[in-house]
Amino acid sequence: MYVAVKGGERAILNSHELIAETRRGDTSVPEVSTRQISEQLGLAVDRVMAEGSIYDRDLAALAIKQAQGDLVEAIFLLRAYRTTLPRLAVSEPIDTADMLVRRRVSAAYKDIPGGQVLGPTYDYTHRLLDFALAAEEGVGEPEAPVGEAPLDAGMPHVADILDYEGLIEPEVPDEDAGEPFDLTREPMSFPADRDQRLQNLARGDEGFVLALGYSTQRGFGGTHPFAGEIRMGEVSVEIVPEELGFAIDIGDVVVSECHMINQFEGSAERPPQFTRGYGLSFGHNERKVMAMALVDRALRAREFGESAVYPAQDEEFVLYHADNVEAAGFVSHLKLPHYVDFQAELGLIRKLRREFEERQQKDAAE
Amino acid sequence: MSAVQEARWDEAYNFAYLDEQTKRMIRRALLKAIAVPGYQVPFGGREMPLAYGWGTGGIQVTASVIGPDDTLKVIDQGADDTTNAVSIRRFFSRVAGVKTTEATEEADIIQTRHRIPEAPLKEGQVLVYQVPQPEPLRSLEPRETETRKMHGYAEYGLMHVRLYEDIARYGNIATTYSYPVMVNGRYLMSPSPIPKFDNPKMQDNPAIQLFGAGREKRIYAIPPYTSVKSLDFDDHPFEPQTWDESCALCGADNSYLDEVVLDDKGGKMFVCSDTHFCEDRRAQGHRGELGADPAALAFARTAEHEGEEQ
Repeated sequence: MYVAVKGGERAILNSHELIAETRRGDTSVPEVSTRQISEQLGLAVDRVMAEGSIYDRDLAALAIKQAQGDLVEAIFLLRAYRTTLPRLAVSEPIDTADMLVRRRVSAAYKDIPGGQVLGPTYDYTHRLLDFALAAEEGVGEPEAPVGEAPLDAGMPHVADILDYEGLIEPEVPDEDAGEPFDLTREPMSFPADRDQRLQNLARGDEGFVLALGYSTQRGFGGTHPFAGEIRMGEVSVEIVPEELGFAIDIGDVVVSECHMINQFEGSAERPPQFTRGYGLSFGHNERKVMAMALVDRALRAREFGESAVYPAQDEEFVLYHADNVEAAGFVSHLKLPHYVDFQAELGLIRKLRREFEERQQKDAAE
Repeated sequence: MSAVQEARWDEAYNFAYLDEQTKRMIRRALLKAIAVPGYQVPFGGREMPLAYGWGTGGIQVTASVIGPDDTLKVIDQGADDTTNAVSIRRFFSRVAGVKTTEATEEADIIQTRHRIPEAPLKEGQVLVYQVPQPEPLRSLEPRETETRKMHGYAEYGLMHVRLYEDIARYGNIATTYSYPVMVNGRYLMSPSPIPKFDNPKMQDNPAIQLFGAGREKRIYAIPPYTSVKSLDFDDHPFEPQTWDESCALCGADNSYLDEVVLDDKGGKMFVCSDTHFCEDRRAQGHRGELGADPAALAFARTAEHEGEEQ
């Protein structure tokens, strides 16, 4: 008897109980705490904060625990929670040149003012499984040596060094632009400006943005990028309360930032110069911000009079499909019953087959 | 009676989940949609605690128009007891504390996916459709920038060509659901994936019909007593689905029927997709050809039993 999608109430309640039991797993194994997730699965927390669009390590850790480690599900949980939060203030723009740097590398120059700072990275680890991590007694308390001298206080952006020579397109605030687009309050509109595109990419699915960025490298929209600079660290967030009239510091956030430098051959109006692609994300999300910077540059095709022929250059394609909460929802909705529409199609296909057979019989008779 | 009315909903959330600013934004979009029938109004859709594609647009519309004294009915595929209808009804019971019903005539607001109830709607009722893809031209033109222009110029030739191609290939229009309609003689509109059987019910309907597309962030509407014409040609007039069979449970020969597979040897029965309509008829003593069949009755009982658990 076909009752799978009928009579759902009890089945739904039971499935809630079952998922709770499955999530807990073997009860002889200690339960993982959100603190542990926040401290020891920090990069998962960073991704969930970035794509969930809330900077809150505790909430992101809770979401990861509740979602059983399914990060896309955890991102969805944060986004739904975000809907219930009031907007108290809009911060001043953060100043990443003033970052308390933990990591900062440039592939464009051998040495840069402020120095190359490798920081915590898996880049130069050999990807060999470290069985010591699986040991019952754990890893103890690993401690990295402290540097001989503190890092330079001044860490100018590498792109600004090129800027002095006029080799790279200048980046000046557009005074006439008005308030930036707000993707969390307005629906997307096209043609999209860069503010809308960057917001979309910043919370877009890491895998999707990565694949698109990769496609530009493989020839589907080549922009010949150099990693001008990648940096990660703490920046302070400031707001200007109306009743005070001056900025106050409300806390620090960790962000990752990438400046890509891309070739541009010039046009009748513009001399040859380097152009920029930009990526920014909450937390330590280096892969994401690099890919984002590639896609950002690809999406600027219109601005530079380049023909937009590849997927990564097509803003409706990229922006409409980057959000994994939307994408996962719409793909998963195929699980919902569609039997009314399927019935309509069944009726049609039977009719079409009947007509086909009648035609064949008629042809055979002739 | 105490002066302060106790909240009947989960007070961790604002009434009906959305904050009042968001509701105001959605109501503005709804008013515009009603003023320009069939026109897709962009709105700042929010992430809801249900997945996109599972009715987030309809839920946001319902949350914005519902009041504490309203009675809500939720159907999916015409049925009150399908899992997602149950889930959405539970959501509103929790965050709005409203009364729910399965009776079409008792509901102030009916949120639906894929069907229009068989019982005629009346003035004052609101039918909220969940819409996966609000753009009727999307399958012909993937770009929003282009389709908005086509609506702006009322340039719908492309859709007529598609329907004509169907006739040229199959001898008739091979669209069975999401069958495009012209609203108020101006805007081409997707009726959401209702079967074309339901299209005629939209015409001059006394109820307000609201459409919410959460993922695509569009709202549109049909005010009461508005012209809603299914596209067709003079020599190929619009034809809704018909069945040779009637409902195996209640005997109705004028309702949309679902095919229920009974065994793996081709055995099947046809039953009303609108469960409330079917139950009502059986309560009035109507019986279909399998009205006394144990398997068929078990099917009907499952549906009724689950309904009672509300």
